[in-house]
Amino acid sequence: MKNVKILGTGCRNCQTTLSLVEEVARAQGVPIELEKVDLIQDIMSYRIMATPGVVIDGEVVHSGGVPDRKKVEGWFAAAR
Amino acid sequence: MAYQVNQATTTNELQRLAPWLAGLPIAAALWVLTYAHLTEIADLAIGALGLTRATHLGETVHFFLYDTPKVLLLLTGIVFVMGVIQTFFAPERTRALLAGRRLGVGNAMAASLGIVTPFCSCSAVPLFIGFLSAGVPLGITFSFLIAAPMVNEVALALLLGLFGWKVALLYLGMGLLVAIVAGLIIGELKMERHLEDWVRAIHMGEATAAPGEDLSWPERLQAGLKHVREIVGRVWPYVLIGIALGAAIHGYVPQDFMAAFMGRDVWWAVPAAVVLGVPMYTNAAGIIPIVEALIGKGAALGTTLAFMMSVIALSAPEMLILRKVLKWPLIATFIGVVATGILLVGYVFNLVL
Repeated sequence: MKNVKILGTGCRNCQTTLSLVEEVARAQGVPIELEKVDLIQDIMSYRIMATPGVVIDGEVVHSGGVPDRKKVEGWFAAAR
Repeated sequence: MAYQVNQATTTNELQRLAPWLAGLPIAAALWVLTYAHLTEIADLAIGALGLTRATHLGETVHFFLYDTPKVLLLLTGIVFVMGVIQTFFAPERTRALLAGRRLGVGNAMAASLGIVTPFCSCSAVPLFIGFLSAGVPLGITFSFLIAAPMVNEVALALLLGLFGWKVALLYLGMGLLVAIVAGLIIGELKMERHLEDWVRAIHMGEATAAPGEDLSWPERLQAGLKHVREIVGRVWPYVLIGIALGAAIHGYVPQDFMAAFMGRDVWWAVPAAVVLGVPMYTNAAGIIPIVEALIGKGAALGTTLAFMMSVIALSAPEMLILRKVLKWPLIATFIGVVATGILLVGYVFNLVL
């Protein structure tokens, strides 16, 4: 089980990122635990400078803008 | 061995670059050809509809059919180029460029970087904290934060399309000036103590740089296309609605109708426009076509531009986001300084043009 956190204050891009990650994980059959981090203090503790950010198992893998679908697929492909 | 691997990736990159090298010139040629014949196309189209420009309806439809492709072409072109340029300016790099700068040069740099650094309004707070914690002075951070939304590519494309390059350039210059001067003033006032306490406590040092910052050209061009899909895909309905409303005003509202309350002789028009703009939160895309039509009916350009800047730079929702990191005195100063700057811009435009 991978722990995925979406960092963002709830803007449109963050929503899009969340559903993209959810969709890709389901399509690839990778079980994930999805969390939304929307408190700005908590977001800043990951030291990113642009939202949305994506954290997988405690490691920042993306920040700023909606990630490419290919990029998201890459995160989960490595897990299998 | 290492050399071979290297060579393989270069060939691979060339192969991926090839479609771009073929496609871009063709797209550019089509773009220029269409842009050069907009009037003829609109004439043909209303002819085909059995209308003439002598009627209100004909003039309205012609206006719409001329302005829509023009604005969309400019928008697509500019947004694509900006999308490619932005791949060179990740927020992390911009921050490194600004850290430790002194007021003055730093403000000018920050305002200019504000235009080319990719940035969405919901990133304002992380960026703000990221800058401060890396030693970018408060005043310089503000120059960046003011310039970034105000001088945006969509506003520039629309101004260029509807008013010509002089107005677009003037808007760009004035926007930068407001951002630089406002940042300088906020910096001089030494208001660091009006940051929220938790913000001052953060010393985050190096930001986590997103992996894969070294992009190849195909990737940069790809990013340009993605930017077009995102921005143009989002704003085109507003542009269409705006142009349609503008076309209706253009065709049906009597000449000089607006002069009475938005003309240049009405001294209170500029402040009223700024105040009206604050609670509104919209993008430049929908407003500018309407603004153009109003100006055709006698509204003053400075007044309408002041309204636009105020809508974009001083929106109430953004203040609420900033409230999480700033205490009220700093927010009030920010609003006061920027509003004054916009007022001046409004009056200067009314005087000059």
